[in-house]
Amino acid sequence: MTDTASPAIDNGVDIEALRGARQALTDAPPAATFQWRATCEWVTGTHSRSTVTDFFGLGQDHVHRMPHTIEADHPEIFASADNGATPPELVLAALASCLTAGIATVASHRGVQLRSVNATVVGGMDLQGILGIDSDVRNGFDSIQVTYTIDADASRADIEAIVAQSQKRSAVFDILANPTTIQVCVA
Amino acid sequence: MIIGAGQAGLAMSHHLTARSIDHVVLDRGDVAESWRSERWDSLRLLTPNWMSRLPGHRYEGSDPDGYLTKDQIVSFLECYGRRFGSPVQRHVCVEHVRARDVGFEVVADQGSWTCDAVVIATGASSEPRVPAICADLPDAIHQLTALQYRNPERLGLGGVLVVGASASGVQIADEIQRSGRETTIAVGDHVRLPRTYRGRDIHWWMDIIGQLDERYDEVDDIVRARRLPSLQLIGSPEHRTLDLNALAATGVRIAGKLMRIVDTGAQFSGALANVVAGADLKQQRLLTRIDTFASERGLDASLADPSRPAPTSLANATTQLDLAHFETVVWATGYRPSYPWLDRAALDQRGRLVHDGGVCALAGLYLLGMPFMRRRKSSFIDGVGPDAAELASHLHAHLDRRTRG
Repeated sequence: MTDTASPAIDNGVDIEALRGARQALTDAPPAATFQWRATCEWVTGTHSRSTVTDFFGLGQDHVHRMPHTIEADHPEIFASADNGATPPELVLAALASCLTAGIATVASHRGVQLRSVNATVVGGMDLQGILGIDSDVRNGFDSIQVTYTIDADASRADIEAIVAQSQKRSAVFDILANPTTIQVCVA
Repeated sequence: MIIGAGQAGLAMSHHLTARSIDHVVLDRGDVAESWRSERWDSLRLLTPNWMSRLPGHRYEGSDPDGYLTKDQIVSFLECYGRRFGSPVQRHVCVEHVRARDVGFEVVADQGSWTCDAVVIATGASSEPRVPAICADLPDAIHQLTALQYRNPERLGLGGVLVVGASASGVQIADEIQRSGRETTIAVGDHVRLPRTYRGRDIHWWMDIIGQLDERYDEVDDIVRARRLPSLQLIGSPEHRTLDLNALAATGVRIAGKLMRIVDTGAQFSGALANVVAGADLKQQRLLTRIDTFASERGLDASLADPSRPAPTSLANATTQLDLAHFETVVWATGYRPSYPWLDRAALDQRGRLVHDGGVCALAGLYLLGMPFMRRRKSSFIDGVGPDAAELASHLHAHLDRRTRG
């Protein structure tokens, strides 16, 4: 496995910029401290709207090119208006987006030209948990299955290695696979 | 002055003797002390006997394909030291090594020395590396490290959690499970290897394809290569493979990396599937490299057919376990070198020795016997010899410059 990108490939990833950023953060670890932020406003019923505007990193605040909003709601079978994806579906989408970005980056590092990358994400859930019917059933997913279909200039083994590496470097994969301390309070 | 009378210290002593460089080898205990007092009873060397080669000394017994027991390693090294009259001073605890304007001052409990050069040969496993979450375990659970572990009989009869699945972790988990204690192993990143492939020891292959000779200044990422977990292997008379499938077959419960203790439960990483897929992938890559080498050299006819190990099966993997399952936790989470006696000037801000292939930034100071120090086999008995030869030559030139200057 080589770490040198061949100039012939283009996955839309600026490898030189990423290498530079990695070196800069290696030399100045405090700059690597980031904080991601979102706000969320109740609309009505189960419908809410989250907005992502700014974040902290490299020692200062940064503002996104524009505010990004994400609608969330419950489906009609629960007597809701279905104004957006359910929060667990957003989590699945976040996982797939994170892994897919990782695949593009790792492939570029390894000089692999991608033609198409498609993921299907399935999360199984037993609603007896969140509905309080059975206390032995957890609220969250019982498992998550991500299936990739990838067309690239590489052997199957190399593609599998890229997908494996993208999991090792994925924030959302780690967030879902490993426990995180969460504090929820009323201001 | 050489600190440490294990394989590395003795190999360097052999080279200095050959160059008629006056020196002393100090050890806190006896020759091969860590093999005497800091290894479990059943441990055997992971490399086959024919690979027990040191400068001027090699295994000459009747079982070249076997694996030395811990006691045999001690006698092998004792015999080596005697053979060329290595000037070992036993039971001397070094308290300070200070750089002076010229040379070094070494202060020990039995006296002090001044010398022109110091070789650190105290090994990579001075102290266990135990994650901070050990403090979150209830007092009722007995905790010990792989350095303290001796045999299953010294443990309670209850369930055991072995944390770590490199060489130490898999061997300890295997032995405890076989003693009848219900055993769980927490598995993080690991290097999976079959003991033998196509009828030959995996170390025979790694040696012949040149992998063990790969140099520190040639690999892509030496920091990562040096951090690689130890190989998932056991030295046994049956030459058996000890991977997660073998452990699961004896009933060991396989869990992901231990992440957190919450109330009365242990939480394990859900990333295990990717961790084992990665280890399987890397194993396949090495075996493919071996197959390619074998056909290029025309060895296929003389070898067994390539039969690849089955993918790791995670039928019984788990992410959550009640601590009530465990009476004992064994931390096999790795080791780290420790130099509390060494001049701070030789260390970086994080207490790590600054060196280039064993030649320290502090002139006249050398390091020997660490994983991938100059080549992939640097920490093996078979690998310390070439490293010692190169460093002895560097050290000799350093002394010459001093004398002339």
